[in-house]
Amino acid sequence: MAFYRAHILVDTGTAAVLKGANALRTALVDEIKRKGLDKEIKVVETGALGLAGAVPAIVVYPEGVTYANVTVDDVAEIVEEHLLKGRQVSRLVYKGDTPSVIKSAENCRSAEMRVVLKNIGVIDPTSIDEYIAMGGYEATAKALTTMSPQEVIAEIKASGLTGRGGAGFPTGLKWDFTAKADGDQKYIICNADEGEPGNFKDRLIMEGDPHQIIEGMIIAAYAVGAQKGYIYIRGEYQQSVANTERALDVAREMGLLGSDIMGSGLSFDIEVFKGAGAYICGEETALLASLEGQRGESRMKPPFPPTHGLFGMPTVINNVETLANVPHIIVNGADWYSNIGTQKSKGTKIFSPCGDVQYPGVYEVPFGSTLREVIFGMAGGIKSGKKFKAVLMGGPSGVLVGEEALDRSLCSEDLNPGAGALIVLDETKCVVDLIKNCAQFFAHESCGQCTPCREGTKRMVEFFNWWTAGAGSEQDLKLLDQLATTMALTSKCGLGQFAGVAFKSSIPLFEEEYLAHLVDKRCPAGICEMDKVEEEVRV
Amino acid sequence: MKSCNSDCCVPCEADIVAIVDKCGRTECNLIPILHELQRSFGYISDEAMETVAAELGITVSQVHGTATFYTLLYTRPQGKNIIKICDSPPCHLQGSKAIQAAITKALGIEPGETTLDGNFTFEVVSCMGLCGVAPAIMVNDDVYGNLTAEAIPEILDKYAACSCCCGEGC
Amino acid sequence: MDNINVSIDGIQVSIPKGSTVLDAARAAGIYIPTLCHMDGHKPLGACRVCLVEIEGGRGALQASCSFPAADGMVVRTNSRRVHNARKAVVELMLSAHRQDCNACNRTLNCELQDIAKRLGIRENRFEGEMPPRIMDTSSPSIVRDSSKCILCRRCVEVCQNVQTVGTLFAVDRGFDTVIAPTAKKELTEAVCVACGQCVLACPVGALYEKSHIDRVWEAIDDPDKHVIVQTAPAVRVAIGEEFGLPAGSRVTKKMVAGLRRIGFDKVFDTDFTADLTILEEGTEFLGRLKNNGTLPMLTSCSPGWINFIEYFYPELLPNLSTCKSPQQMFGALAKTYYAEKMGVKPEDIYSVSIMPCTAKKLEAGREEMSVVNGLHDVDAVLTTREAAQMMREAGVDFVNLPDEPFDEPLGIATGAAVIFGATGGVMEAALRTVYEVVTGETLENVNFEAVRGLEGVKEAVVKIGDIEAKVAVASGLSNARKLMDLIMEGKADYHFIEIMCCPGGCLGGGGQPIPTNDEVRKARMEAIYAEDEGLPIRKSHENPAIRTLYEEFLGEPNSHKAHQLLHTHYTPKALWPTDVPLDEVKTK
Repeated sequence: MAFYRAHILVDTGTAAVLKGANALRTALVDEIKRKGLDKEIKVVETGALGLAGAVPAIVVYPEGVTYANVTVDDVAEIVEEHLLKGRQVSRLVYKGDTPSVIKSAENCRSAEMRVVLKNIGVIDPTSIDEYIAMGGYEATAKALTTMSPQEVIAEIKASGLTGRGGAGFPTGLKWDFTAKADGDQKYIICNADEGEPGNFKDRLIMEGDPHQIIEGMIIAAYAVGAQKGYIYIRGEYQQSVANTERALDVAREMGLLGSDIMGSGLSFDIEVFKGAGAYICGEETALLASLEGQRGESRMKPPFPPTHGLFGMPTVINNVETLANVPHIIVNGADWYSNIGTQKSKGTKIFSPCGDVQYPGVYEVPFGSTLREVIFGMAGGIKSGKKFKAVLMGGPSGVLVGEEALDRSLCSEDLNPGAGALIVLDETKCVVDLIKNCAQFFAHESCGQCTPCREGTKRMVEFFNWWTAGAGSEQDLKLLDQLATTMALTSKCGLGQFAGVAFKSSIPLFEEEYLAHLVDKRCPAGICEMDKVEEEVRV
Repeated sequence: MKSCNSDCCVPCEADIVAIVDKCGRTECNLIPILHELQRSFGYISDEAMETVAAELGITVSQVHGTATFYTLLYTRPQGKNIIKICDSPPCHLQGSKAIQAAITKALGIEPGETTLDGNFTFEVVSCMGLCGVAPAIMVNDDVYGNLTAEAIPEILDKYAACSCCCGEGC
Repeated sequence: MDNINVSIDGIQVSIPKGSTVLDAARAAGIYIPTLCHMDGHKPLGACRVCLVEIEGGRGALQASCSFPAADGMVVRTNSRRVHNARKAVVELMLSAHRQDCNACNRTLNCELQDIAKRLGIRENRFEGEMPPRIMDTSSPSIVRDSSKCILCRRCVEVCQNVQTVGTLFAVDRGFDTVIAPTAKKELTEAVCVACGQCVLACPVGALYEKSHIDRVWEAIDDPDKHVIVQTAPAVRVAIGEEFGLPAGSRVTKKMVAGLRRIGFDKVFDTDFTADLTILEEGTEFLGRLKNNGTLPMLTSCSPGWINFIEYFYPELLPNLSTCKSPQQMFGALAKTYYAEKMGVKPEDIYSVSIMPCTAKKLEAGREEMSVVNGLHDVDAVLTTREAAQMMREAGVDFVNLPDEPFDEPLGIATGAAVIFGATGGVMEAALRTVYEVVTGETLENVNFEAVRGLEGVKEAVVKIGDIEAKVAVASGLSNARKLMDLIMEGKADYHFIEIMCCPGGCLGGGGQPIPTNDEVRKARMEAIYAEDEGLPIRKSHENPAIRTLYEEFLGEPNSHKAHQLLHTHYTPKALWPTDVPLDEVKTK
């Protein structure tokens, strides 16, 4: 790989393209070449930078200067002044709030510990050469040519790597089950059905560094003896599908997928499977049903997928982030990895703070970092000078915590981070409105198979509809609590089991706010309508 | 469904069979097949489902039941452009309701509806993973994030049906 | 086999490895409520009423229907926690279930009602909006009321996997999920064979037969109508269950008495025309054998099966016997032979049948089933359940009824006819007659054990003179499909195949008392063969009334008149939209 002294990111998000970003990119490449700078400076296309009103826009690294409303006519000046002479073109420099995407990359490089995200924004995701130049596929070579499958599993076990999709099951153990299970055919599935609201880390990895996932899957396949892999990407993630498919094609061309990979005797290939719009398919048995061409309805467990998975065969199902960690563990060793993090949570975790924070984005930190470090240190705290109120940990299926939790550490032994979403509320937001919104999400996404989830999610929404219309009663709180408990105890899969968790966790923290709605028929935040009376709403 | 020899835009049996062949004739390819059908024809018609069922050797009810399970698969015709607005918590907190109202105001349709000219279908969807730029919408495959209600008319204009002579909505 | 030991509510049980917790509880004599579970079918774990507590388990309760029992496992089925959870689940289920229980045809025989009662549900904490009600009364056989449906999917299991018809499936998702015919069409617009197995599977009142009770009462009350009734073989071994008698109780003569009490002018027996069927079908079979006709010949008594072959194997319609079913032969004779004999105008005869079947309602309405001036040969078809209901309405004390015989002449029948009610029975009856007709010898043992029993597919080779007749018997349409596929692939060298639409044959028909499960089927089957053994004549060709019928009216089997009245034709039906020609449909 050539090393460039500067990178220019061109925002080729849709809004920008509509305003001529492609022509801008071409002009930049041409001009850089004309000036003989093409060995030193690389132009990289990137997704929308979040500068909706100021596109086309480019960012020049390493300085991190953003130019907004750039036209083809500005290209010569930028190249001449900035790239050749090192002087910023001040009339074009973007002066608004630094866009979150850029800010998230800069703001906290120092505080972050980028393992999985180390290449993101640095390499061209479409270039396998750049990935390899950054040490890519070294892990595959090491695992396949110098380690036995048992050694790979032992290494992953020793590293303490756990599932990053939210459940936190030990990855090495999962692989071991599949390795030891009988089956003519075994499968590796990458669960990229990132549907939990507030999570967008897997999208970033797939769009920004897809080879890492492929590598993780090859190593997993080698470890358990799998012949076939699927990356189940949610249908909404068009760009992830495109980038991942492109990466797979290149890997296949280079013999990294296919038969007898690196002379190890491993024959393994991967296909992208595009989801069709169902949050439930993030649940592993529903994902399997979907892959088999059926309604994405969860199946009975036990038996579990590691022994009875796709088409009844032993199947490893790992989250994108989990698999992306694997190459780093193989290259750097389990000791290195297990020294990061806490006693029970090893390694790093990617968080995606969003909601009322200044710089929503994706940040990778060691387990054990505090909630405050991520929300205030990296995401810049609450935007518009408002005060922090609460954060929904992991998304709608997680717990709601308030200010008292800010100094707790993010790890399995303290504050469980779930899949990593941190949905932050400022002081002006209404907790009842938020939890109602979560309930609506689950009602929309319930598969409808089991009774408690199908009916329970619907009834939850109804309770909230009454409450926010001013038709609640004090005893409703107890009833909904009973309902949430029932759903947790009786639902067939995680969707129903966790649908009432956020509500339950919010009662002790914000009971007064609930009672204001239920008893005083008033929304303290002024968000809920509260404009009806009981007789109008409740049957 | 007779065989097709013109550039018709309704699925004909040969086209559907070709899609089934391309994706693979097994039940587990049902969802890729449905995706492809939709990509080619805009939605998955009852007739197309019947052909797919026959080709895969599964029941039509199974194909239909599967298609209706997934929100990205349409079993009824949709507008030319599909506007999806997320109303999951991150977008909701950032004011997606106001964006939704702006779209309704601009187009005169509520979520779940299609404009009379068939140019737009509007729907509320669950999280699209655009929480970092909330509130966000997608128009077809294009993402618009960090939205304000004021930005909506301009965005929708880009997709407005053309009034030129071709009648194609170019 | 290895056994494992499980403790259930403190009771130790030893059960085979591979058992579920539900199996273990049953072995310990402990009742666990179930709704989506059906014995012998893959557990789904959807209804969540069979929840139990597994010691050491993580928080959530487990569905005992599918949770594997393990050695040393400690299970609690009766803790407060379990009870409260089950109760809440049933309240949630009821919150979306239309509770007009008194007006529901399944009241007092409803699994949900029973469980709600056992759990002591007195109020519902979670009432709310109900899903929209879909009342589909389009089918001549089956009514679907979505407001009763609890989405247990037992009907889907039987429709898709037992019958492989594939009409019913889950559509949409979440609270909007409905179990519906293909593409949410009405039943008549979808491919449905009207077998009614879904009705038997339904734990509640979401699926039931289209009632003919009112029209029968109307006819009975009409002084100008001569109302006659025929009763199918399988009804007599099942109707007692409707009145609390054990499965398989033989109540033929009480049934006759009961039907008289509710006002039928004559009570006849479909067995009479079952015997006639044997003569017609046997003669047809021998004709095909002799003249190199299309073989294997397929039986045609079962209307669900006829619908199935018309939809799915129209190429094999030439293999189907042209004989009408016994119900329709009876109907045809009722308005001709019987009308003449009694001197009653055909239009004044109201002909009712009591059938273990829902598809018979559809069959009676087929337009080709009319031999006299556009009159229906059979005017009303009551299921076993409806017949019992009429008796209840009439205040009949069934259990204490005296024994009464059928009326003559259409009530005279043989043991060969009774066994039509069990899978293999038509074959056995045919073999008894064909053997004696061909060989001229008397059968020493009339029991053909090889074609008896509940297995889905049975085969036998029977030496009849110099013919080695290879026969097969299938019940349940998935089994029928296996045989049809063999024929289509040219891999079947059978001469004669009996197909019954419903598993076990008519004794397990969609119009039979609920529950109908394998245990019940077995009891009814034993009763049917006991009826056969108990009759003085056990071969159709020896039925004196049939001999008289031929002498007085039909001439001989397969005569021109017999063909006019007793035989029919079939119509291929399109599985796909009607604009697709059939030959294109079935070329795959």
